[in-house]
Amino acid sequence: MQDLEEIKIIVTGFGGQGIIMAGRIIGKAASLVDGNESTMVQSYGPESRGGACNAQIIISANPIHYPYVDQADILICMSQGGYEKYIEQLKAQGTLIADEDLVNPADGDFDAYHVPATRMAEALGQKMMANIIMIGFLTAVIPAVSVNAARETIRHSVPRGTEELNLKAFAKGYDHGLAVLKGREKKAAGQTGAIA
Amino acid sequence: MKPALLTGKHYITGDVACAEGALAAGCRFFGGYPITPATEIAEHMAERLPGVGGLFIQMEDEIAAMASVLGASWAGKKSMTATSGPGFSLMMENIGLGVSTETPCVVVNVQRGGPSTGLPTQVAQGDMMQARWGSHGHYAIIALSPSSPQELFYQTIRAFNLSEKYRTPVLIMTDEVIGHMSERVEIPEAGKIEVFSRNKPRGRRDRFRLFSPVENGVAPMPAAGDGYRIHVTGLTHDERGYPDLTVDAQANMVGRIVGKIQNHLDDIIQTESYRMQDAEIVLISYGVSGRTALAAVDMARSQGIKAGLLRLLTVWPFPEAMIRSLAGRVKGFVTVEINLGQIHLEVERCAAGRTPAFLVGHAGGTLISPQRVVERIKEAF
Repeated sequence: MQDLEEIKIIVTGFGGQGIIMAGRIIGKAASLVDGNESTMVQSYGPESRGGACNAQIIISANPIHYPYVDQADILICMSQGGYEKYIEQLKAQGTLIADEDLVNPADGDFDAYHVPATRMAEALGQKMMANIIMIGFLTAVIPAVSVNAARETIRHSVPRGTEELNLKAFAKGYDHGLAVLKGREKKAAGQTGAIA
Repeated sequence: MKPALLTGKHYITGDVACAEGALAAGCRFFGGYPITPATEIAEHMAERLPGVGGLFIQMEDEIAAMASVLGASWAGKKSMTATSGPGFSLMMENIGLGVSTETPCVVVNVQRGGPSTGLPTQVAQGDMMQARWGSHGHYAIIALSPSSPQELFYQTIRAFNLSEKYRTPVLIMTDEVIGHMSERVEIPEAGKIEVFSRNKPRGRRDRFRLFSPVENGVAPMPAAGDGYRIHVTGLTHDERGYPDLTVDAQANMVGRIVGKIQNHLDDIIQTESYRMQDAEIVLISYGVSGRTALAAVDMARSQGIKAGLLRLLTVWPFPEAMIRSLAGRVKGFVTVEINLGQIHLEVERCAAGRTPAFLVGHAGGTLISPQRVVERIKEAF
């Protein structure tokens, strides 16, 4: 978690997309492998499939008292409904990570990443793994959890027999995140050059 | 098969921590009926009990679930059930049977918004008075209210120990947020967990009296099949357990049921003080709202308000003496709970007009924010 004292994350989408699973993997990696404090609360409607749901994760160097996330540093959206419901809870200058085929964000005072997570998961033959691709992307762009912690936790959290494919999904998301960061750096350097 | 005690560090929900705590305490029977947000306790026990020589039964409803738990206890097993508001209401009559027959068992209520079906997936703490007085007649009961999955693990063990020691149903009044939230839970080695099991009778069988106190205000308890001729009834009974519908027998029986708890308050009541040394404003809270209150104390202190917290791990019997001793010495009591004033009423009663008592609460569905608590303190004092 580098220099940050505390990171608050909301993951949102439909029930069935593995939103809670993603939240638990992030929280578990932070707590059991990286050795930080971490809480994960979930909220969902009466339906277990199809309704909007969210996972709220706090990662902190200190004990966490109040476990709800009112203002998130990072909002990960895997559905338009989730985006509309929770965008207000993203801090000014926070980070939005959205599935680019499922979420159409408006402009706002936040840093937006558009990730084709579901499309990439379909290319792997497992639409279910879009959540793991998102964790990979998150790990690349924000140091909320270490790469080692994320990989270890995924290995021990997914159904037996799917470990390798899930780690492949994680690597896809992670590599994509690194590529996007590199692209941004180049662009920034290019712009500086043009101005100079 | 996994062992009964999963020593190590886990990142699990409160519901799973509760089930693991039960197994660690020696629970080997779960009779229940699934209900949000307590289902995961039943689910986890269904998965785990067969592997440790225990038994899980999904009953036809919560009335039967509670009956099965009492039956299993008289068969000599440590037994439990877990439910939420609607199921807790259905269990009330048989909880009273457990109180009357002095039957050790543990009932977990993962509270959600009520009344009736209410808010199945959303938090509340509206069943606190029901826990105290929900079954008919006058009695005493023990209710615990932990504030984290780790505490839920330990308090579940403690609930079993108290139930075995005092031969009484013990209630764990947790809530949707604690039940469903994930956090690190460390399960210690077996040697570091204190487990108490009910005293068994010794000596001449013909002299044994099922309700004649020997230790801790209760009689030893044989299991069905141990060879003792016993009679267990919900009717008012004498010390042998035989119906005796007289004023004297009633006074003896109810007196014993209330007395065994009232005479052991120091052993039963557990609270945690936070920044209380010089506190002028004393917050009182429990369960998930205890976390709101912890954050509120820090927030208030950072604004120069001398706030402290008395967090109740045991809610019933109520820590009366503690509140009474603070009354008149502090500026104010602020009870933080997700209802419209239940434990607040007890605080107000014990404050006895010597210190003003305020409530920060709402009807349920979400947590109380620490900001709201601090604003209320500023308004009131």
